[in-house]
Parts: sequence; C-alpha cells; structure tokens
Amino acid sequence: MTLTQQPVARASAPGMASPPQLPRRRLPGLFNAFSHAFLVVWAALVVLPLLWAVVSSFKTDAEIFDSPWRLPATPRWENWARAWNQADLGQFFLNSVIVVGCALVLTMLLGSMLAYALARYDFPGSRVVYYLFVGGMAFPVFLALVPLFFVVDQLGMIGTYQGLILVYTAYALPFTVFFLTGFFRSLPNEIAEAAFIDGASHEVAFFRVMLPMAKPGLISVAIFNFLGLWNQYLLPVVLNPNPDRQVLAQGLAALAVNQGYRSDWSAMFAGVVIAMLPVLVVYVVFQRHIQAGLTAGAIR
Amino acid sequence: MRHGKYRFLAWSVLPGLALYAVFVISPYAQAFYLALTDWRGVSARQKFIGLDNFARLAGDSLFWTALRHNAVMLLVVPLATIGIALFLASMLNLAGRGGRAAIQGVRGAKFYKIVYFFPQLLAVSIVAVLWQFVYTPNSGLLNGALNAVGLGSLTRPWLAVPSLALPAVMTVMVWGSVGFYVVLFSAAMQSIPRDVLEAAAMDGANRFVTFRRITLPLLWDTVQVAYVYLGILAMDGFALVQILTVGLNGGGPDNATEVLGLTLWRNAFVYGRFGYASAMGVAMFFLTLALAALTLRFTRRERIEY
Repeated sequence: MTLTQQPVARASAPGMASPPQLPRRRLPGLFNAFSHAFLVVWAALVVLPLLWAVVSSFKTDAEIFDSPWRLPATPRWENWARAWNQADLGQFFLNSVIVVGCALVLTMLLGSMLAYALARYDFPGSRVVYYLFVGGMAFPVFLALVPLFFVVDQLGMIGTYQGLILVYTAYALPFTVFFLTGFFRSLPNEIAEAAFIDGASHEVAFFRVMLPMAKPGLISVAIFNFLGLWNQYLLPVVLNPNPDRQVLAQGLAALAVNQGYRSDWSAMFAGVVIAMLPVLVVYVVFQRHIQAGLTAGAIR
Repeated sequence: MRHGKYRFLAWSVLPGLALYAVFVISPYAQAFYLALTDWRGVSARQKFIGLDNFARLAGDSLFWTALRHNAVMLLVVPLATIGIALFLASMLNLAGRGGRAAIQGVRGAKFYKIVYFFPQLLAVSIVAVLWQFVYTPNSGLLNGALNAVGLGSLTRPWLAVPSLALPAVMTVMVWGSVGFYVVLFSAAMQSIPRDVLEAAAMDGANRFVTFRRITLPLLWDTVQVAYVYLGILAMDGFALVQILTVGLNGGGPDNATEVLGLTLWRNAFVYGRFGYASAMGVAMFFLTLALAALTLRFTRRERIEY
C-alpha cells in the first residue's frame, strides 16, 4: 500500500479499514491477549531458571533449602571462589579454553583449505573426497564410539589435550567442509584469476585473496563450531576419563552427579553460573552474528 | 604452475583427509566389523560370531525399553517444539499492530528473540544440571513455584516417579530447543513476500486461515529441516538422561528414562561388552537412516516457488 491511499481508507466507513486491521477485527480480543501473554510466559519460562541459578549462587545452603524464592540476606561471593578453586572449575575452564581454542583453529585451517581445494580445483578423486565428508554428517556418533575409543587409546591419547583436540577437529570437519565448499563456490572467480596473472602462487591466492573474501562464511561456521565444541559432552566423557583434563561441561556434570546431593549446593549453583555466563555475555554482545551463524547451516 | 597446483592441493587436502580417515572413517568402518564379534576389549579374544549379537539384541528387553522411549521422544519432542516455535515465531513476525499497511511483528519482538535463544547456547550437560535443581523435590524451583501459587497439592518428586520422569526429560528437551526454531522460522517468515499476506488479509482471510493456507505451506521446507534435526536430537538424549535422571548411570527410576545411547554407552564403557555395543550402534545407524528416509518421504510436498 502506498501512502497516498491511506487517507482514503481512513475517510471511508469502518468496514473499509486498511487491510492489516481486517483480520484483527474478526478475531476475539481474548485470543490476542492470550497470544501476547504466551510470549511473556515463554520468556519467563526461559529466564526464570537461569535467573534463579544466579540468585541461588549468592545464597547459603540453608537459605537455598529454606525457600527457593527468597533473596539472599547478604550476597555470598565466597560461593563463587569455592566453586572456582576447590571444585576445580577454574581448571576445567582452562581445559575447555585450551581444547576448544586449538580445535577451532585447526578445524578452520584444515576445513577452509579442504573446502577451497574441493570448490575451486578439479583433481582426480575430488568428488569422492567431497562425498566422504558430506556423508560423514549422516552417521550417528554413537556408531563410532567404541572403535574411536580404541583408536585414540592405541595412539596413547586417552585423557590428553591433543587427543581431544584431534577428535574434536575430525568430527567438526564434515559440516565445515560442506558449508565452506558451498561458500567458496559462490565467490566470483575473477579476482583469483587476476592474482594468478599477476604472478601469485596458489598459496598466496588462497591466503591473501580468497580467504579474506570468504570472511562472512568463515565467521558463521566458526561461531557454529565454537558453540558445538564448547558444549560437547559425549566425546569427552568417553575419551577423557582423566579428572585433571576434564572440560567444563563434563566436569560440572560429574560434580553434580557425584556430590550434588551430599555437599555444597551453593557452590554448585555458582558453578552453573560460571559455566553459563561467558557464553551468554558473548551472545548478548554479538547476538545478530550468532543467530545468523547458527541458523545459516539449516537454511541453506 | 602445474607443479605448483599439485603441491598446493597435496598440502591443503591431505592433512585434513588423513585426520578424518583416522578418527572418523576408520571407526565407522570398524564398527560394522566389531558388531559381528564377541570382543570384550582384550585384543587377543576377538572371535567372529556372525549375527549372534543382533539375535541377542532382539531378545534384550532393556534395548526394547530404550527403543520405545526414543520412539516416544521422537513423536512428542519434534511436534511440541515445532508447534510452540511456529506459534511464537508467527506472533513475533506477523501479528503486530503495525498500523500503516505493513504486516510486522509485535512490539519487543527483537528482545523476545534474544531471550528465547538463551537455552540454545548452554551445553546440554549444564542444562541438565540446572534442571536437576529445578526438579529437586523440596528446594527446587518447580515445587517452590507450585507452593507459592497455592498449588502445593501438585508438587511431586518429578524425577523419582516412573510415569513422570520421561515427560520431565522431554520437557527439558523442548525447553532447550524451542528458541533455536523460533529464530529459524523467523528468518524463513521474513522472506515471505509481504504482499501475499496482505492480499490474503484484504480478501478477508483471518489469521488462522492465513497461517494454514499461506504461511505454513511457504515454510514447509524449513519445517521439514527442523523435523529432521529434532528427530536426531530425540534419537540421542544421552547427556540429558545420564546427568538429569536418577539411577547409577541415569536412566531411572526403574529404567523409565532409558535411551538407546545410554544403553550402548553402558554396555561398552561400564560392562566392557564392546562387540555387543557396536551391534547396538549399527542398529541405531539403520534406525536413523530409516527414520530420515521416512521423514523425507512423508513430508514431501510440492515445492512452492515465490
């Protein structure tokens, strides 16, 4: 509708109101109110457990048992210190940063090189390689679990950083290669051609020309991989029995399962908040990128 | 130049491919062989026993219990998640009183989208720990809330009652998934041409009719993708069940929340029955495959171009 039509609609009889008002008019107002209430209710359902964990992390155990709703008399920061130091969450956090950081760099490096080679070069077996990676997305990880444990075991890498890093990278590659191959194919060819004419080698053309052009795709897939790897549970549970090397998601769960009922509730809450907070803060700051990055794979 | 091309290709393809072959392809291939052996982890004793593991699987009542629970989750979780997400997304994107001629979302739609997405960012294991607190009988959030609004008679030890434990687990799954699909469906709804919706409104179609006849058909591809993703989620459930539910390694009470992934993991890494666990993995693989094929077959519609 254009603006010039607006006064006409307004001047005419009520039955001729502008189109968007029409369906609302026919619906009972009750439904509208209910719908809006449901938006608020779902937001509350999402936020309340999180907020409650934050509040509880400042309470004493007695206050937690006394009433789940009341605010703490005084905020107990020492819960956080206890979780960080005595419950080893600091160590778990560090392990997560090391493992996920290295795996992410390795995945992006290997994945983008593979994807570029598959998208831009025709070589014997290139289609086979591509379908090997894409096919890998169709298999449930549970199928590989038992043999994977023994592969890692034979390499002497059970419970080590390098073992987890290599396995994380290997399992992140299929989606990364699939996504980035499509992305590199969609980039124009002329600029790389121009670089070759100017005497650039294949390496220079890739790192100096194509990789910077692929930045939006790289960011999307990096965000996707970061969250996937940071939140990984199954692989570390199987491959990483060493308590000193546990990652955050795994260590926190082990704490909750082993001693949640017996001991320190307030520190457990603090631990949950410590584990949630960094990701949520990063998300609120970069939310547009992150939503786009996470849904990009599904929409394509 | 030609020489340089193959050198470049070699070092850009081979490292990634080698890593992938060692840690992904070879385990998948080995699993199919191990499933036919009685291997228990001691490398000397690895006898080929044909399909015996699968025969045993057919008579394993725990396996069937787990399969039934995954089937229930497969029916309930995607339907509930997609239903809630579609409703929220259409409210956020198409239901606003925009005035003028535009069909748009309600006020604060952006804020809601940010908030709804929160659970997607949390590790499943952390969600599980959090909800263990929520379900705790005496000091938990859920019973506390029921008491606070005068519904104290409804309080239950949610995870300790066999008939309630699986619904409790599925609730957490839906809670954790809806936000992602709200955002996904929102993106798809934004790409529906406005004039189609406005034309329908002009013709007097109410909001339900518009949704059923226009919005949903145009979103069908995305809904299909969502169904497959949620199906994969419902076939898993391992982390949630292992951490959240009662019992030695989760799955309780009375195996009321046992799922396939948990049965497999326990057989392999608690009992050391590696051959048998591999057979379960193979069974899971074919189930997933059949499921994906069925989903794509039965949700196929004519693609609408616009």
